[in-house]
Amino acid sequence: MKYLIIILSTILVNNVIFSQFLGICPFLGTSKKTSTALGMGAAVIFVLTLATLVTWLVNQYILIPLGLDKFLQTIAFILIIAALVQMVEIILKKISPSLYTALGVFLPLITTNCAVLGVSLTVVTKEFNYGGVAHMLSLGESVVYAVGIALGFALALVLFAGIREHVDLMEAPKGMKGTPIALIIAGILAMAFMGFTGVV
Amino acid sequence: MSNNLQTFTKGLVKENPILVLLLGCCPTLATTTSAINGMSMGLATTFVLIMSNLVISLLKGFIPDKVRIPCFIVVIASFVTIVQLVMQAYVPDIYETLGLFIPLIVVNCIVLGRAEAFASKNPVFPSILDGAGMGLGFTFALTILGCIRELLGSGSMFGFRILPETANILLFILPPGAFICLGFLIAIVNQFRKESH
Repeated sequence: MKYLIIILSTILVNNVIFSQFLGICPFLGTSKKTSTALGMGAAVIFVLTLATLVTWLVNQYILIPLGLDKFLQTIAFILIIAALVQMVEIILKKISPSLYTALGVFLPLITTNCAVLGVSLTVVTKEFNYGGVAHMLSLGESVVYAVGIALGFALALVLFAGIREHVDLMEAPKGMKGTPIALIIAGILAMAFMGFTGVV
Repeated sequence: MSNNLQTFTKGLVKENPILVLLLGCCPTLATTTSAINGMSMGLATTFVLIMSNLVISLLKGFIPDKVRIPCFIVVIASFVTIVQLVMQAYVPDIYETLGLFIPLIVVNCIVLGRAEAFASKNPVFPSILDGAGMGLGFTFALTILGCIRELLGSGSMFGFRILPETANILLFILPPGAFICLGFLIAIVNQFRKESH
């Protein structure tokens, strides 16, 4: 039940794009076609979950015991993420070439996706309130939280790409073409997602 | 001299990171609920940009080409941590509101983008100017967006009430307002750029 609440609240209520504003760059950059959006979504689900798992463990068992968590967190996490992305790329190339070609171009881009660093920092620094008690997230909850965020990202990206494909065929005022109209569509989508406020 | 001046001013208007290049959208949308928040975020990023450009430009001869990106990230992350700790100590209120977006300056595309495109190829002084110009352009865009959203959403500007409370349109300080405001702002800039060409 607890995990279901975390998943629902991260996908719909606190959607990573429409209410937390993390990962807007890939959201605008890779949403021109539904197929690219699906590829990026899959890559993010994969890396975000893995990155949160590793950074949580490093924070809990290396940084906190050594008393380094206050000032080395940002540096350590970004390096872990960068190394992890590189490693995933190499391993995928070896064991699953088909998945590698599908995710290929999107993997390196993920290092600079602020959703990844954002989520790994959030789960170790913020207290969450599930079931009336505020507490730091455990490993299981953190990973579920990351999966929820990544699914929310993929959902937002695919929805947005679907709409954008149609908008490209539409007449728009000169200055509005391209990014401005896309941002306004994102605004309207964000309004729709606000409807979920208070669901969980 | 005119060359240096150009390095500085291109970030302000012609290559404004947000309004023209569309880099660093996350903090732009998230922290502009008021003019003050937007401006503090902009200034924090400007500091990181200037310092990281300075150090990377000094180190450009020592960093091997193959591992340059991780090296740049470590330099940037160090300055971000400094900003984070200083803000936590001296302006805890602003630190609290900006929250997660201070450590996230590390992954702001502008900072790494300038390190890669400018500081790693140019001498120290132009690199500092480039960082300052880009940073102030970013601050400028964030402050403008913050002003508009604060005026429409809570009827004030930099905390001073201008419109009566009944005229507040709450939507503009909520997430959808951020997307819509930035969309219109970029559309206006686009329109002017096309006319001037």
